[in-house]
Formats: sequence, structure tokens, C-alpha cells
Amino acid sequence: MRNTRATQLLFELSHPGRRGSRLPACDVPETSLDELIPERHRATAPTPLPEMPEPEIVRHYANLSTFNMCIDTNFYPLGSCTMKYNSKRNERLANLPGMVDLHPYQPESTIQGMLELLHQMQQMLAEISGLEAVSLQPAAGAQGELTALMCAAAYFRDLGETRTKVLVPDSAHGTNPASANFVGFDTLEIKSTPAGYVDMNDLRAKLDEQVAVFMITNPNTVGLFETNVREIADMVHELGGLIYCDGANMNAILGITRPGDFGADMMHFNPHKTFSGPHGGGGPGAGPIAVTGKLGPYLPSPVVAKDDTPEGPVYRLDFDREKSIGRVRSFFGNVGVLVRAYCYIRTHGPDGLRQVAENAVLNANYLLSRVQHILPVPQGDRCMHEFVASAAQLKSERGITAMDIAKRLLDYGMHAPTVYFPLTVKEALMVEPTETESKQTLDAFAETLFRITDESPELLHEAPHTTPISRPDEVTAAREPVLKWTAAEN
Amino acid sequence: MAYFYNTPQDQAEMLKAIGVKSLEELFASIPAPLQLDRPLDVPPALGEIELTAHLQELAARNTPATANVSFLGGGSYDHFVPAVVDYVASRGEFYTSYTPYQAEVAQGNLQAMFEYQTLICQLTGMDVSNQSLYDGGSATAEAVLMSLAVTRREGRVVTIGSVHPEYRQTLKTYLTSLGVELVTVEASGGTCDLEQLARVVNDETACVVAQHPNFFGALEETDEIAKIAHDAGALFVVAFDPISLGVLKRPGDYGADIAIAEGQSLGTPMQYGGPYLGIMAAREKFVRRMPGRIAGQTVDRRGKRCWVLTLQTREQHIRRSKATSNICTNQGLFALRASVYLSALGPQGLREVAELCLQKAHYARGQLTGLERLEPAFASPVFKEFVVRDRQHDVDGLVRAALAEGIFAGVPLGTWYPELSDCLLVAVTERRTRQEIDQLVAALGDRASSSPSSAETASYA
Amino acid sequence: MSVEDLLFAKTHEWVRVSEADGGKLATLGISAFAVEALTDLVFLELPEVGRQVSAGDSFGEIESVKAVSDIYSPVSGEVVEVNDELPNKLELFNDDPYGAGWIAKIRMTDEADLAALLSPADYEKLCAEEAM
Repeated sequence: MRNTRATQLLFELSHPGRRGSRLPACDVPETSLDELIPERHRATAPTPLPEMPEPEIVRHYANLSTFNMCIDTNFYPLGSCTMKYNSKRNERLANLPGMVDLHPYQPESTIQGMLELLHQMQQMLAEISGLEAVSLQPAAGAQGELTALMCAAAYFRDLGETRTKVLVPDSAHGTNPASANFVGFDTLEIKSTPAGYVDMNDLRAKLDEQVAVFMITNPNTVGLFETNVREIADMVHELGGLIYCDGANMNAILGITRPGDFGADMMHFNPHKTFSGPHGGGGPGAGPIAVTGKLGPYLPSPVVAKDDTPEGPVYRLDFDREKSIGRVRSFFGNVGVLVRAYCYIRTHGPDGLRQVAENAVLNANYLLSRVQHILPVPQGDRCMHEFVASAAQLKSERGITAMDIAKRLLDYGMHAPTVYFPLTVKEALMVEPTETESKQTLDAFAETLFRITDESPELLHEAPHTTPISRPDEVTAAREPVLKWTAAEN
Repeated sequence: MAYFYNTPQDQAEMLKAIGVKSLEELFASIPAPLQLDRPLDVPPALGEIELTAHLQELAARNTPATANVSFLGGGSYDHFVPAVVDYVASRGEFYTSYTPYQAEVAQGNLQAMFEYQTLICQLTGMDVSNQSLYDGGSATAEAVLMSLAVTRREGRVVTIGSVHPEYRQTLKTYLTSLGVELVTVEASGGTCDLEQLARVVNDETACVVAQHPNFFGALEETDEIAKIAHDAGALFVVAFDPISLGVLKRPGDYGADIAIAEGQSLGTPMQYGGPYLGIMAAREKFVRRMPGRIAGQTVDRRGKRCWVLTLQTREQHIRRSKATSNICTNQGLFALRASVYLSALGPQGLREVAELCLQKAHYARGQLTGLERLEPAFASPVFKEFVVRDRQHDVDGLVRAALAEGIFAGVPLGTWYPELSDCLLVAVTERRTRQEIDQLVAALGDRASSSPSSAETASYA
Repeated sequence: MSVEDLLFAKTHEWVRVSEADGGKLATLGISAFAVEALTDLVFLELPEVGRQVSAGDSFGEIESVKAVSDIYSPVSGEVVEVNDELPNKLELFNDDPYGAGWIAKIRMTDEADLAALLSPADYEKLCAEEAM
């Protein structure tokens, strides 16, 4: 079935003289290039791009696409990534010309519908977060973290305080300490307890008036709600510090609890996760942030403002914000992602959002209850939207690693969970089924795990066996990097 | 709800298997005082028909740039997007997959990324490309952070007034946090003041950031800028326009150390500013300081050629606070669109698009500055964008007059440059016809002078 | 070369001290235990010649596919020589960790640094504990 010819590299398929487009003839009087562009600026040779007709481009990419596992075709319980169904209506609606063909510098009078949508989005995210002010500008969750920390830094500068530290649990995403570093903070790691929560003793030992922000992921990366979160927030606030909530796991708590209500001063959303993105093979995301009123003035500019006039509401971009940290990117934000997220939230409404969380948590707990006798879950028999199982026992008893299980799952047509994260769990398999999967799919996944753990270690070490490629040699890839195709070596 | 499977009966069975009595019990770990005791105050749920009507209603209150005639630019352009680009990007296998953590079931994405990296190197003449960053503005900031790490200089970063103001604002925001001085060289003549540049670049300077063609559409003296930067041991970072490389020298050919771009021109719709594509390419020796994901070629256990994410130790999930950047996601779907776009154009197509932009922009500039009211603001050669000055000092009036004719005339520069508040930035892509350009000229000509200022309320419903 | 001549840091670097120009010269590398724990090495960033370091400073990095480890200088002094061929011959770490796999030579400024290092026997005990 495989069309291996079509999946050669573009450059190998290229054939001189072929082309995939025809441009119109020039309909204005032409001036010679010599007159328009001084020779020192002009290209000396044609750009060495591939030369292909359109059918060949289609066949190439259509065949390549079949090498990908995706949500449309497979169960994809990739923990921490919230791989839920990507609604088709959202794609269609985000691609309406009146949404997708808007230039970022159009006069505001010509984009009132878009500004209303974005204003509504600000309002809805404020409500869902329990926080007052929202910026839709950050391009991804990591940039949301960075932006919020910049707001915090500006806030402390205004108070005349020089706080140097950011606290991050050891189970946190790597983006947290990385973001803190690029805002000039030193990161201190807070240990997790064996049960998977923030170690309160370690926190007490490290918390002082030099701490600007404690970045907490809640529910955390082992899939637990930090039951002490309010106490943690009170401790940090007492010393004048701020709480940042990494919103990666919002899917578990939509309409159940709100970061603002459990003490967060700032948070980001991951609309490509929580509000069904989609994920785009790695992106785009978006990273809107919500903050308390006192931090609102520091948010990036512009935000969307609404003026009530006798003729009805008029929406505009508000740049007049003297305390704002400025911009973190060009143009308004990842609007295409936000439009899809808007559609998602409007599709669900208040009850539907709560049901998202309920079913996500139900599915995760059901799956946990089915697999934990084979794959122990060190952090207990209950979870929120995801759980982290450990193959440590299997490894010591039979030599089967988390990686082996992950690779073998691919043979059975299921995407692997996230493996070896968080770093606090040995041989970690982080499973997030999401709410858009059935009991039957979860049962099938559990039964597949049972079957795999009964298979011979030798078979598993060599898995996957049925995928387009077997395990790649990552060592050579990193030792002798080949990062582009070159005519000489191929 | 259309996306859920669980019926009440399913739920009951699953709760029983878990060993709890109710859904509420699953949330028992959330202390009761922290639980929301009311439904979220968001609008009620809409079915697909209602949602469609709602979005159509919102969309109807926008005027797509494609419904009007658009001369808007400044970093986002109405270039034509071939249907084949939409087709490939709308395949679920691409847009509903994620980061290729399991290379065995992500060869489609990984190969596409490897091809993208190659295409960007071919386009720019640079050695290595990453898998993309967010957009032009943040790519500028990332290139500067990379320069700080490469040169181990944290004293000064030098940019130019002709670099996109929003890229510079982004840069300023990033550098404020790090306490690095940002010096902006004047471009009052429309391009970099080279003498001033030479004066401010010192041995503490990590890099010089230029844009070519610059924000005003004009060509910078890149050889001179590169020399000034390199003589001081600083890197030369250039923001380029991908389409311009159909006619202009490539960044790798004029000494750029890091080349970045807003890649929206390569097959991504304008969508009110994002998501776009941050392109970044660099010299090979800097690859281990690059931000973002990178795909590399290797072989599998059977010796078959394949692709993986590589050099991952640069990244935040491994190096954490010492990572080269905090970036995690890429703009994979838009990198894919750029690849399809560049493949569809090929060398000949790219040259033709570039030449059409060039010729039409110059025709438009000639016609507009032939009007009594307008004059060229700068004398430098331009590519697809140029600045005109309104002798009557009423740019808003010009914009309104054009809008009344269904034309987006351009971007008023007063927003960022108070001294250019009488100036308009006009962009002309390959899509604009002579007739449309003539319409713009007419709208800004006699009719603009006589049109009432209330024209804004013209019929755009 | 004998392992018995070496001293070890708790951070898994080894040191061999010799006499040179009337002072002490420390040749250092990373232990066989550390090489094994890091698994497949893919990249080494050498210290810069001429750099002044204090004992305990991170002055280089070694990477496997999915991990990065700092290399800490066990002694204070000036880096006078580095093993330039090592980054392109990472297999030397495995083949000859205490010989051809040396990383750098440091002209020591404080012999007292050596007192904080472990004997081969004590280092072996440390490794046995870490392996548990």
C-alpha cells in the first residue's frame, strides 16, 4: 500500500522546469530591475527551491500525512497535552472570510465583530479563571508564563521591591523555570512529597521575602489537586509574594473551581489543550493570561475595550495603559486559535464546561481503576484529569520499561502516554484520556496494557514492529546532526 | 453535548467500577470552600446551527481585507494563498496531531519539518533553521537572547528605527526584564543612519538588529551594517521578508549571523494578526544556542532513513532554567503551510511573485506621488512597500476617503512615529491589479480632497 | 595508568596531580561510573583555555540525548590545556576514561582543594550508594 516514491524528500522529487503555480502577467508598465534595485542588493542566482507540479505536492503530503497518528484517527492519551477531539465546526467557522481575512491594522470600524468576539473572550476567561483582567496577546502557554512574570516583576518594581526568586515545584513543566530565568529571576525548586504534593516543609524553608512568585500547576503534573493550595497562597501572600497558576491542566476543573478562588494572582490558559485547539502537529498554541485587578494595569497592550454609546456598544483597542509592560509579540495575538476557543466555550456553555471537567476526571479515574493493579500509580488511587503510572516494578522484575510499553502501544494503534515526565516519578507513564473518549476505548486501552505487560520483554524492546519505521537512532542524530537535506550527501 | 460519549448509564457503570457514588465524590480532594457553588457566568450553550449563525453575524460586522481592496502591510500581507496549501494543512493527520514525541508514528510531521528546515536554508542561504517560533516580533526577541548567549555580552543591543516598531517594542519588553540596554539608531531618512550606528556599536554590543527590506519597505545597506557589527565582534541579526528573496540577496549572502522573519507571507492567512510563523535560521556554529525544536535525520534499527527531534538538550523540558529559550510549542501547522507554499511556487514562482510585487509597488508609488497632495517620504529603493507623505497633513482623511471607496489605503505611521504622522505606509502585493491601484490613486486624488470626513460610516455591513 | 593515583569529586570528576613548573598541575576527567550513568554521550562543551576557576565551579557540560550534566572543576586554578580531540571522539570517555578521555589540565592555585576529594576506595563506596 505504501507509496514510497511519493514520500521521498521534496528535493528528491524536484525536477528542473516543473512548477506548481502560474502567476498572472504583469499588468502595470514594467521598469527594468536595474533601475529599481541596485545591483548590490539583487539575488545573483535563483532561489534553490524544489520544482514540482501541484499533483505531486498533493501526493507527497497526502502520503506523508498517513505516517502520523492523530486525534482524528487514534486514541491519543498523551498526558499533559489534553488531546481531545478537535471540533470540525470550529475549523469551518474560524475560516469564515470575515474572521480569517482580517488584517491586523484594519480600522477598528471594520472589525467590530472581531473585537466583540475578543472582548467576550476576555470576559469569559476572566470568569472561568476567577480573575479580573485578561490579556489575549501571548502566543503560547510558555509565553503566557513569561508575560505574567514580567507583569509581576513590573509590579514589584513599582513597589520599590527587588525580589529575586521564583519557586517552582520539582514536578513542574520545564517552561516554568525557563520562563523565570528569562525574566531575570533565580529559580528554586520545591520538593514534592512521596504522595505527589508540594512539600510544605520544603516550601516553608525556602519561602522568604525575596520570593516574587510561586509557580504552581494545579491540578499538578501527577494529576492531583493541591489540597493545600489555599494555605500555600496565604503563606506566599503573607510575605508579599504572588501565586502563578500554570493552567495546563484546566480541563480538570472547568466550572468546578477557579484559580482566582484558590489564591492564584496570575494564570495562563492553553486554549489548544483546554479549548480544543487544535494542536497542529506541534502548534500553534495561544497563551492568554488572567490576573488580579492590581496586576491588570501591567498586562501587555493593547486590550479590547468596550464603550457604550447611544448607538450601542463600540469596541476598540486600548493602548492607553501607562503601566503596561509593553508587547511580547507583534500584532494582537493568536486570534485564529482564540476564535476556535471562543466557539468551543460557546458550544459548551456553563453546564457543558462543567461536564467537560466531570467527564475528563471520570474517564481518567475509570482508566486508573482498571490499570493500577498492573501499572501501579504511586500517587494513589484517585486522580483528576490524568494519572502517572510507574513501570518501575515491571522494569525491576521483567526488564520492561515505560518506553517499551509506550512503543508497543503504537503497534496496537494507540498513541503512547507521555513518558518519563514528571521527573519525580520513576518510569513514568502519564495518561490523560480526556472527556471525548468512550468507556469502550478506555477498556480497550486497559486490555491492551494487560496484553503488553504479558508479552515477552524481547518483543517489547524491539517494538514498535508495525509502524512506518522502527525505533530511530537518536544518539547518532544528536552526535552528528543532519538538520537539512543537501544535494551532495544524498 | 455533541463531543461526549458518556451516557448517564456509562457514568453509573464507571463510577461503580471506580468505587465512588457520584461525580462529586471524584472532586472530593478539592476543599469545599474552594469549589464554585454556582454555574459559570458564561453565555448558554449553542448548537451547531445557532453557533454558525452567531459567528456569521459577528463575521458580517467585519470587512475582510479580501472583500475590500487592501494596501495594508507593515508585517502582514494580502498575498495569495494557493488552494493546495489549505488542502494539505486541513488534513486531520497534520492538524490534529501533536509534537512528535513518538517518532515512529510522527514521520509525516518530522519529515515535513525537516523539509521545512531545508527550504528555509535554501531560501535564506543560512546553514541551519529551527522548526519555527511564534511570529516575527518574538523571533526578534529570541534572536537577541540567542545573541546574548553566543557572544556572552550582556551590555548592549543595538537596533534601528526602521525595524518594525512592534518588533522593537517586543524586544524592549524582553530586555527590560534582563537589564540589557537597548539602543535605537535613527532612520530619519527612511534607512539606518550608518554613521550613528558605527558610533553606538561597541565591544559590549551583543548584536545589531536590522530589517531588510525595512518597515518602510526600503532597502538597508546590509553589507555596511554587517561590517559595523562584525568589526565590533557583535552578531548581525536581520529580519527579512521571505517574498523579497525572489529578487533580493539572501541573508546568508550578506553576512547575517541570525536571520529571522515573519513568515505569514508564505501561505498563512492574515487572521487579524496570528497565529503566524516565526522563521529563524542561523550559522551552523550557533546551532546549540538556537531556541525551539529542531528535526534531524537519522536511521531506524533496520537502517531506514528517518527523522527525529534532536539537539533537545537545548530545550526547556531538559535544561529547564538554563534552556536556550522557554519556548515549547512551535507553529508547526504554519511551517507546513510555508513548505507547501514554497514548493508550489518553486524558484520561478517565487521570483515572479517578488517581481510582481516590486513592479506594482513602483507603479503605485509613481502614480500616488504624481498626485499633488502626496510626495514620497523617502528616496531609498523599496521592494513592495513604500511611504507617502500627505502635504495636507490629514492621513486619517485619506484613509477614510479610500475606505469609502472600499479600499484599505495603507497603514498610518503616526501610530508609532509622531514625526511621521503625515505619512502612510502602502503595501502592494501580487494580488493587486492595475485597476485597483488606479482606484486607490483616484480615491486619494481629487475625490479625497472633496470627500467629507464622515465617510467612515459608509456601507460595510 | 592506575586508578589508584586518582582523587575523585563527589560530582564524579577525577583528578590526577603532577608537578609542573614548580607548581601542581591537575589533569581531570569524569569517572567511568559517571560515563556509564549518562549513557550515550552526544556532546561535550570544553572549558576555555585561560579561564580562572574556583573549586566547585561549573566550567563545561556533557550531554546525552536527553540529559545535560555540568562538569565541575574539582580544584581552583587556571585552565592551561584542554583535550581538543575529545568532542569529536566521545568514545574515548568509554574506552579510556582515566587516560585519553581526560578533559582539561588546570594549574592549581590551592593545594588545600585536594583535601576535599575522595580516595578511589571512598569514591567507590559513594558510587555503590548512588547505584542503589
